[in-house]
Amino acid sequence: MTEFIKLSAAELAGLVADGTASARDITQAHLDRITSTDERLNAFVTVDAEGALATADAVDARRAAGEQLPPLAGVPIAVKDIVVTNGIETTAASKILRGWIPPYDATIVTKLRAAGLVPLGKTNLDEFAMGSSTENSAFGPSRNPWDLARTPGGSSGGSSAAVAAYQAPLAIGTDTGGSIRQPASLTGIVGHKPTYGGVSRSGLIAYASSLDQAGPFGRTVLDAALLHEVIAGHDPADSTSLDLPVPLVADAARIGAAGDLTGMTIGVVSNLSGEGYEPGVVSAIAATVAQLEQMGAKVVECPCPHFDYALAAYYLIAPSECSSNLARFDAMRYGLRVGDDRQASLEAVMAGTRDAGFGAEVKRRIIIGTYALSAGYYDAYYGQAQKVRTLISRDFITAFSGCDVLVSPTSPIVAFELGPRAEDPMAMYAVDLCTLPASLAGVPAISVPCGLSDGLPVGLQIMAPVLADDRCYRVAAAVEASLNSPVLAAAPQL
Amino acid sequence: MHPPSSMTPVAPQPDAATAPIAPRSFDQVIASYQPVIGLETHIELGTRTKMFCGCAAAFGDEPNTNICPVCLGLPGALPVANAAAVESAILIGLALNCSIASWCRFARKNYFYPDMPKNFQISQYDEPLCFDGWLDVRLPGDSVDIDGNVEQPSSVRIEIERVHMEEDTGKSLHVGGATGRIHGATHSLVDYNRAGIPLVEIVTKPITGTGERAPEVARAYATQLRDVIRALGVSDVRMEQGSMRCDVNTSLQPIGASEWGTRTETKNVNSLRSVERAVRSEMCRQAGVLDAGIRIVQETRHFHEDTGQTTSGRSKEEATDYRYFPEPDLVPLAPETAWVDSLRERLPELSAEKLARLQTEWGLTDKDMAAVLGAGAVQLIAATIAAGATAEVARKWWLGELARRANADGVELEGLAITPKQVAEVQQLVDRGSLNDKLARQAIEGVLAGEGEPGQVVAARGLEVVSDTDTLGAAVDAAIAANAEVAQKVRDGKVAAAGALVGAVMKTTKGQADAQTVCTLILERLSAS
Ligand SMILES: [Zn+2]
Repeated sequence: MTEFIKLSAAELAGLVADGTASARDITQAHLDRITSTDERLNAFVTVDAEGALATADAVDARRAAGEQLPPLAGVPIAVKDIVVTNGIETTAASKILRGWIPPYDATIVTKLRAAGLVPLGKTNLDEFAMGSSTENSAFGPSRNPWDLARTPGGSSGGSSAAVAAYQAPLAIGTDTGGSIRQPASLTGIVGHKPTYGGVSRSGLIAYASSLDQAGPFGRTVLDAALLHEVIAGHDPADSTSLDLPVPLVADAARIGAAGDLTGMTIGVVSNLSGEGYEPGVVSAIAATVAQLEQMGAKVVECPCPHFDYALAAYYLIAPSECSSNLARFDAMRYGLRVGDDRQASLEAVMAGTRDAGFGAEVKRRIIIGTYALSAGYYDAYYGQAQKVRTLISRDFITAFSGCDVLVSPTSPIVAFELGPRAEDPMAMYAVDLCTLPASLAGVPAISVPCGLSDGLPVGLQIMAPVLADDRCYRVAAAVEASLNSPVLAAAPQL
Repeated sequence: MHPPSSMTPVAPQPDAATAPIAPRSFDQVIASYQPVIGLETHIELGTRTKMFCGCAAAFGDEPNTNICPVCLGLPGALPVANAAAVESAILIGLALNCSIASWCRFARKNYFYPDMPKNFQISQYDEPLCFDGWLDVRLPGDSVDIDGNVEQPSSVRIEIERVHMEEDTGKSLHVGGATGRIHGATHSLVDYNRAGIPLVEIVTKPITGTGERAPEVARAYATQLRDVIRALGVSDVRMEQGSMRCDVNTSLQPIGASEWGTRTETKNVNSLRSVERAVRSEMCRQAGVLDAGIRIVQETRHFHEDTGQTTSGRSKEEATDYRYFPEPDLVPLAPETAWVDSLRERLPELSAEKLARLQTEWGLTDKDMAAVLGAGAVQLIAATIAAGATAEVARKWWLGELARRANADGVELEGLAITPKQVAEVQQLVDRGSLNDKLARQAIEGVLAGEGEPGQVVAARGLEVVSDTDTLGAAVDAAIAANAEVAQKVRDGKVAAAGALVGAVMKTTKGQADAQTVCTLILERLSAS
């Protein structure tokens, strides 16, 4: 059984398709792995073993009936618990939603089901995706399989931990300011934030609507690309989703794996380095860039001066939108209700519920956002941040006039220890330095494992122009191919 | 965290500043002040589905049956703008001579209230879809201006500041209190069927210089706005059902002063008549306050149909900061010029030109037309004519018997339980000789009472005119015999005296005879002998 869990999604799908293995056995192997490891990892908030086996059986029945199966049919997947699932509790890792059973599926979940993927359950995250370590989860932090004392990153840390620990070959994450890329980097796996509008947001519990994007996690670039193609595409239920062809990312991953980057120009973002960047990270990135050059790419330095203001702009825009998006959690229609003794006023019940239901970081961001949108402050904060956002987009446009992709570290530091950083919001926010510009500009960006620093994985971030997600996958696959063995192979046994 | 809008009942608060002060008479107001008014009108669009989801936009269904994750604001659900609603809003903007924005965004208006599923309302803020328009409003004539001249029907141009789109809220039902208001209620229920129904808000610029005519200008504007929108077919615009809601802003400027006074916003104005009454009453109240040397508080006030007075709602000075920002879940609206032009071509003939044409077609004097306008009866008369009646009788019914009944019931003409088609049917029965005038009024009474179609009412009430000549002949003979002296006068050539005999016959037939036929029979008999 253990051999199943070490296989890639592409390999597993092949076994199911040619009848070598049943989806049920593959699913059971992953459920067993969850059972034996998740007490230590806390990657899952909810495991839906029954539903997963039923889905797997349905795939096996389709195959037995002689049906041609979709490319990832029968492959188990973990879904971040901010993605709404019909009939399965969806919490956003918040006490305020504990017990809420949605009456509908997110569009991407509908697509996963249609493609025959097997959802195993819902993974842990920072409450409402606000955080970079999963320490803001109401259900306790997830742990990094490389070192259980460290974070698997955040906010999609449950998903990254599950994939890195072989609990699932694939996972869905969401990325608002780096919440797919940073956890991928910290756990030694692949994670991609698609072009804004490339994947439907319908059914993602909104944190910051203009930034949120769902995307794939996988242990290989090709696996991530195959999952990307399942979930991407226009959705009439999300008017911000792009009605344009989905980039051919799986083909790009296959092409990139050949290791030839002749004709490509790679820009290194010069101001995503320096102070605050761990030396081991900097040297791993430098070595990888040298590899890319060896594979035929031309490497240039790209100054992106306004990236320096991304952190400030992000921590105004995202909290502003979140202050409005999270207003609906008021005890009136669903979720937690506190203090309703039939005497208390409406305002008292609303305020009491929000006080008891939201964690400290969520409250902090709601308050920052409420303040930033207030009359008299709007122009100075929200308005100014939007201007910075425009300038960052222009930096990208200028940079892409001279190169095909931009690269940087995904995270300035490797996986950090749970605990100390959680006490210092500013130190935690600084972890997102490298991932924020792509979020603000809506461009696609991938994190691919490229080496180790002090025995912990380092990720390379590859950013591309809008709807050129395929370039991210192509370069990432080349990086993957250049390694002697997968980074994850260096992880200790659980 | 205040309830935001006209739709939410608010507990009346003690009105310390104004309670003891008597209002001034309207003449006193006009002697010292110049009123400035403005109207904010919400129109519920008659689209098949809601503004941002596929739920039916229906009125009167079982509570919480037309709902889905989007209009309930469930986590993860996203709005998608209804193209038909955008089209309706643009049509309204065009009919009001507005410019149409080539690019604009929705905005979130943030506040907490249980009838708002998301605790924000998707609206528009600084980028309205339509802006800078106008509507020429015809006023009834025959009033006397300041110089003592009798005014002819005239027209006032009302400037339109903006027309924007937004979603309606749910409806709160407060249970257990005496008044159905939140004050004193034990609990509240919320019906989200209305949540997300598309609304268009039409805001006028301040209307100045109308003096004593301010109340009727307000009413005439609301009336004509209603007629214009009804002609577009984008809403049924019924104030009594809430598909058209007017908020009226009023302030007073002391004559000779250079600055406007502080304004109040009056909500809960539920009929065209109330629009006029609300402005009038608020002018009188404000003058009383100002004359007592007290400043006007900028606040929301509520109009009370029964007393004709306004009471204080909430003070705008402690107003909610709505923290508007562009709605990130929706793409900007960018109506293409070609589309807007094609909509412009679809506009029905409107307002000033149309009214002039109807007046000619109907053969009305300026004064008659002004009366029709004042009664808000243009559409009703047009529809009655379309159903087969002549202009003259259509006008006679709506401005006569029906206006009297509407007035007695305190409703608008269109609020009466009779359709133009039914009025035309009653008239057809009259034309055919089946009903006389009196019986026709009874038939209308029956229709209004919900007894069915005119034909059914006539049959059920036995209203048919007695046309059987044997029966009538017997009644005529009896009347002649009983009134020998009168009969002799008629025989002597005093034909006018026959009226008394006709009256006697009508009495014995309980009015169900045709007076003309009776008269003919009497004269036949008395000249033959
Ligand atoms: Zn709905």
